[in-house]
Amino acid sequence: MAKNKKTETPTGPVERSGLFEYAPAPESPAAAGEIATGYGHFIGGEFVDSSGSEALKTVNPATEQVLAEFAQGTEEDVDRAVGAARKAFADWSALPGSERAKYLFRIARIIQERSRELAVLESIDNGKPIRETRDVDLPLVAAHFFYYAGWADKLDYAGFGPNPRPLGVAAQVIPWNFPLLMLAWKIAPALATGNTVVLKPAETTPLTALRFAEICRQAGLPKGVVNIVTGDGRTGAALTSHPDVNKVAFTGSTPVGRAIAKQLAGTRKKLSLELGGKAANIVFDDAPLDQAVEGIVDGIFFNQGHVCCAGSRLLVQESVQDELLDALKRRMGTLRVGDPLDKNTDIGAINSAEQLARITELAAAGEREGAERWAPECELPGAGYWFRPTLFTGVSQAHRIAREEVFGPVLSVLTFRTPAEAVEKANNTPYGLSAGIWTEKGSRILWMASRLRAGVVWANTFNKFDPTSPFGGYKESGYGREGGRHGLEPYLNVEALDV
Amino acid sequence: MSEPTVRLDVLKTYKLYVGGKFPRSESGRVYEVVDTQGQWLANAPLGTRKDARDAVLAARAAVKGWSGTTAYNRGQVLYRVAEMLQGRREQFAAEVAVSEGVGAKKAAALVDAAIDRWVWYAGWTDKVAQVAGGANPVAGPFFNLSTPEPTGVVGVLAPQAGYGFSLLGLVSVIAPAIATGNTVVVAAAERAPLPALSLGEVLATSDVPGGVVNLLSGRTADIAPTLASHQDVNALDLAGAIDPEGPGAAAALEAAAADTLKRVVRPAADPSAQDWTAAPGTGRLLSFLETKTVWHPMGI
Repeated sequence: MAKNKKTETPTGPVERSGLFEYAPAPESPAAAGEIATGYGHFIGGEFVDSSGSEALKTVNPATEQVLAEFAQGTEEDVDRAVGAARKAFADWSALPGSERAKYLFRIARIIQERSRELAVLESIDNGKPIRETRDVDLPLVAAHFFYYAGWADKLDYAGFGPNPRPLGVAAQVIPWNFPLLMLAWKIAPALATGNTVVLKPAETTPLTALRFAEICRQAGLPKGVVNIVTGDGRTGAALTSHPDVNKVAFTGSTPVGRAIAKQLAGTRKKLSLELGGKAANIVFDDAPLDQAVEGIVDGIFFNQGHVCCAGSRLLVQESVQDELLDALKRRMGTLRVGDPLDKNTDIGAINSAEQLARITELAAAGEREGAERWAPECELPGAGYWFRPTLFTGVSQAHRIAREEVFGPVLSVLTFRTPAEAVEKANNTPYGLSAGIWTEKGSRILWMASRLRAGVVWANTFNKFDPTSPFGGYKESGYGREGGRHGLEPYLNVEALDV
Repeated sequence: MSEPTVRLDVLKTYKLYVGGKFPRSESGRVYEVVDTQGQWLANAPLGTRKDARDAVLAARAAVKGWSGTTAYNRGQVLYRVAEMLQGRREQFAAEVAVSEGVGAKKAAALVDAAIDRWVWYAGWTDKVAQVAGGANPVAGPFFNLSTPEPTGVVGVLAPQAGYGFSLLGLVSVIAPAIATGNTVVVAAAERAPLPALSLGEVLATSDVPGGVVNLLSGRTADIAPTLASHQDVNALDLAGAIDPEGPGAAAALEAAAADTLKRVVRPAADPSAQDWTAAPGTGRLLSFLETKTVWHPMGI
C-alpha cells in the first residue's frame, strides 16, 4: 500500500500562483484495516470458498496496484447463497419487528463505530476522495440503517395496509460508484421488512461489502439473513435469474436494467430498478450565481461524476451564460485532482480503466461532433486512472454528450431563453432521475418542478441525500423508490392486499 | 481473602432531576417511600409548587434547542437512552420489583419492555412527519404541505397504577412527548417515585440535553394543579391523575388546563386496569403535535 504521495499530489493553478501552498494531508491507508490477499463469499453466516476456481482482482484505481483477489461466483455459489437466504427467511420474517429493529440498530451503531476504517477502505477500493467517504458515504450508510431499523416494528403505520408481509429472498445487485451506500440502500429496507438477501457487490469494489459481512457477524445477525456473493455480471445474472428468488433489486446501467426486466418477464419476482440519468441543472438569470456555481460543480464533479443523478447537462439562461461560465471555469481551476486519501482532494481516481476508456471515448465524440472542450490545467498522477474536470460548450441536444450518460466528470452546457424552453430541453431525454433548478423565485421553482419528468428535483441545491427522502427515477431511469416510507414498498407484498 | 464480614451498603440519596441537574427540593423536605408491604425503601424529595415552576422554566429553556435538533439526532439520543438503561437493567429491576410488588422475573421483563419502548420511539422521531404530515392536493396552482411540529412544554402526570406503571408506564408517557421535540415536566408516581428518580440518572448520561426531561417527586395534589394552570405549559398528559376527587382529579385538572387551552390527554377509564406492556400505538405520539400547513404559489 506504500504510495509515493509526492507524485500523486497534483499542482493546481492556485498553488502555481504562489499564493497558497497546499500541504498534503494524507489519511493513513493502514486505517482501512487488514486487507486479505484473497476473499471467498459470505454465505450462511460463514466466509466460504467458491465452488469454482476463477478469481478476479480488485485494484486501487489511484495506483493500479492489486488490493486483493476475490471469487468469481458460480451458479453453484449463487444457489448455495439463495438456499441459505431461503432457510433463514422463515425465522427472520417470523421475528417480531421490534427484534429485527434491534439487529438493524446494532448494525447502524457498529458502522458508526467503524466508520473511519470503512471510509478509508472504500476510498482505496473505489478511488473516491476520503473527504467524501468520510463526510458523505459513511454518515449516510449508518443513517440509512438507523432509519430503516425504526420501520421494522412500524410497518402497520406505513400506509400499505395492516400487517404487510415480506416477499422472501431478495437478490440485490449493486454498482461500484457508492459501494457501501448502495449496499445500505438495498439491505436496510429489505431486512426491516422481513426479507433475507443475497447481495452481489460490483466486481471493481467488493471489499467494503465483505467487510460489512464482518459487521453482520459482530451484530449477531442470524446466519443466512445477509449473504454476499462476489463476481462479475455472470454472477449477477445467475442471481437475478435464480428461480427461488422473490425479489430483484438492481442499481446500475439502463441496458443491464432492461435485460433484467426482460429476464424477469413472466415470473412472479418483484423488481425495482435504479438506472442511469442525464440530469438537467437549470440556471435562471435571477439565480444566486456563486451559489449556483458551487451547485453545478457539486452536481457534476462530486464522486468524479460517477453519480447516476449527476447534473451532467447544464441548462443556463442565455442572458447569464457568459457570466456563469466565467465563474464556473474559475471555480473548476481550483479543483484538486489526485490522491483519494489526501483530505484536500476534490476529485479522486476514475474507478476503472474500462470506465476511463468510456469517458475518454465520449469526450472525444463531443469534440468530433463540434462541441467546444475546455478543462483546467492540472497535472495528473502518473499511475492510476484519472480524468480532468471537463466542460463542453456549444452542445446541441443531438450531441452524444447531451444524450448519453458519461458517468464521469464531464459537463455539457446548453442554453435556453424561457422557462418553457428549459422544461422542454430538460425533459428531452429517455432518462428521468433528477433535475436541478436555480432561481430566487419560489413560485418558478414549483412551476418548474411540477413539469420536470424526474424523480428528484433539487432547488437551489444539488446532490442532497437523506434516508428519509425517496430516491428513484421516471422513464428509463428505472422504477421503485429507495429511501423514506416509499422505500419500504419494493420489499413488501402489497399485491396480496388487492386480492 | 479476609473472611466475609457484614458490609454496610451505601444508600443513594434520591434527588429531583431538573434542568440537567440533581437538586434537592427547595422545600428541604422529603417523604417516606415504602414498598408494597409498607417497608421503608428511601426518602424522596418532597417537590413543591415552586419546584414545579422551576422545572417549567428549565423545560421552556430547553424547547428551542431540542425541537431544533434534527429528527435523526433525536432518534439517536433516544436510542442512547435505551443503551444506557440496558446497562443498568438490574438496578431498575430491583426498584420496579419493590415499587410494584412483582417478582424478580416479572420486574426484569418490565425493564426489558421499557428499554424496547425507548427503541420504539427512537425509530419514530424521523417517521412521524411522514405518517402525520403530507402534501395536500389543493384545487389550484399551489404547493401545499402539512408537517407536524412539537407543541412545546408538556406537563406529565406519570402513571400511578396499572401493570408496569413505575418504569414502563413512565417511559411510555415521556418518550412519545420528547420524540417529537417537546420537553416535559414529569410528576413521578407519588408512592413509587424511585424508578423515575433513577431514570434521571440514565437521561443525564444519554446525551439528552438538560431541561428536556424534568422529574419531580412529591404530592401529586401539589404539583399537578401547578402544571395544569401554568401559563407556560402547552399540554398536559393526565395518565397519573387517578384521584377521584380533589385538586388532583382529572376533571379538575382538565378544567384548569382549559384556561390556557392546553392540549390534554385524559387518563384511562380505569387506570389500575391498564396494562403498560400493551403495544403503545401512536396515540400519545400524535397528541403533542401542532400541524403546520405551508402554501406557496406555483407559476413562472
